[in-house]
Amino acid sequence: MSLRAGFRQKAGAALWRRPWLRGALTLSPPLLWFLVIYLTSLVVMLITAFFSVNSLTGNVVYQWTWSNFSQIFTQSVYGSIILRTLLMAILVTITDALIALPFAFYLAKVAGRRWRQLLLSLLLMPLWASYLAKVYAWINILSNKGVLPDLESHLGLPITHIAYTNTAMWIVFSYLWLPFMIVPIYGAFERVPNSLLEASSDLGAGSWQTFRWIILPMVLPGIVAGSIFTFSLTLGDFITPLLIGGSSSNFIGNAIYDSAINGGNLPFAAALAFVSIAIMAIYLLLAKFAGAFEAL
Amino acid sequence: MRLSALTRTALAALAVGVVLFLFAPLVVIIYFAFGKSNVQTFPIHRWTTYWFSVAWNDPAVRSALWLSIKAGVAATAIALILGTLVAFGIHRFKFFGRDTVSLLLVLPIALPGIVTGLALQSAFNLAGIPFSIYTIIIGHATFCIVVVFNNVIARLRRTSMSLIEASADLGATPFQTFRLVTMPMLSTAIVAGALLAFALSFDEVIVTTFTAGAQNTLPLWIFGAIRLGQQLPEVNAVVVGVILLTVIPIVVAARISSGEGLGGAGRL
Repeated sequence: MSLRAGFRQKAGAALWRRPWLRGALTLSPPLLWFLVIYLTSLVVMLITAFFSVNSLTGNVVYQWTWSNFSQIFTQSVYGSIILRTLLMAILVTITDALIALPFAFYLAKVAGRRWRQLLLSLLLMPLWASYLAKVYAWINILSNKGVLPDLESHLGLPITHIAYTNTAMWIVFSYLWLPFMIVPIYGAFERVPNSLLEASSDLGAGSWQTFRWIILPMVLPGIVAGSIFTFSLTLGDFITPLLIGGSSSNFIGNAIYDSAINGGNLPFAAALAFVSIAIMAIYLLLAKFAGAFEAL
Repeated sequence: MRLSALTRTALAALAVGVVLFLFAPLVVIIYFAFGKSNVQTFPIHRWTTYWFSVAWNDPAVRSALWLSIKAGVAATAIALILGTLVAFGIHRFKFFGRDTVSLLLVLPIALPGIVTGLALQSAFNLAGIPFSIYTIIIGHATFCIVVVFNNVIARLRRTSMSLIEASADLGATPFQTFRLVTMPMLSTAIVAGALLAFALSFDEVIVTTFTAGAQNTLPLWIFGAIRLGQQLPEVNAVVVGVILLTVIPIVVAARISSGEGLGGAGRL
């Protein structure tokens, strides 16, 4: 046996006998990455939220202050931005859940095997196709000289003017996040055994009763998991509000983007990010109670 | 449960409607990319691939494409190693805080992307690290790890440990077992995870906005062009190129991994 092979065998045996050593070697690189890069950055950001910026030099002043937060909570413009973001997140989440529920139900429990395979593979493209491409497509559809008004005038229908409105944003957000709602709900439906549905109807339950008392409780974690995505994605977006919503539709994301990138006020942006983390944290806690993490 | 014929038909119609709704904007954008005129008109009268050649020969688009590819490959490589390691670690070993680690992995996608972006920017600023391709790669790798992790752990959960034990019982060294048994079982899941990670990185714009310096990745170039309302016919062509470059890896990934880990958390 060569020296090198002997070493490898010994090292292998040593590792095999010490599971903790194997575990430590396996886990330390990814954990170090997350601790050093991700968590440290989050902590730095959260601390930055309590600093301020010298208005003359634009440098960060490393002195503890609540001024960013008091500005957010006293100036009504930020209140309305937060409220607008939250309302849109809730509205989009409900819209997507209402579309995704019957769609996923059909996919998992009604459609034949081939048809289901086809629909599932068709879902992949809109799920993964470029985000910006989709937003850009919607600009082309909704704008005043876009595809939708054009089609409407060809068909002699009344023309809708929804470009750069909150309605446009609602449609586009619902479109963008719909696949993210469908996938976890479909997963939840797949986990509902057919025998349970048969038992329910054998025992005399109607379709609606079966849906209400058997299916809905079992797919609820899937709905909550999907809603985590729709919520978090809406909360963090600044591109759709900017490109679809127009001038008076700022979201928390836009306020963060404006102060960090354009305004050079990183502490204030950090304080705003703090607010969206707080909203997400509350939401995640509620989701945890609903048992959604298993479905994530 | 028994559904009436009417309910079944209504559900089928709804399903077709949803798929059409999801595809309509993609069709619109591909349709416009082949139109001849400078402004988007509908319907198109003359078809051309002119704007594709304009985009391909635009040095700004070229350098943005090249940066996106380099950053995507590097971020994927990091995510591949770290995501596979953490999947093994969580699957094989029971340890204190295992649930916390799982939660930590999901955090970059459960929290809004803008939070990850701003956090990294704050940290880079404080540490005096200048923004460059390296800061882009760090940002992308952080949210790509979970994609690889999801794929690998899904495969690990479906394969049984008995094969690995059998290999050891038959006298294979741990390295031999790893090379000859474990890796072949996992290889397609790992490759699929890598393809998804690349697609995710190639399309990412929010985190990149906060971690890129003066250079543009392709999504940053597209975002800038749409915002300024300039070069829009060229944007059509570039956007179609991006759709192809993200969808092709996805289709390949779906083929080789029979669809596991393609939806949900990974995409975010």
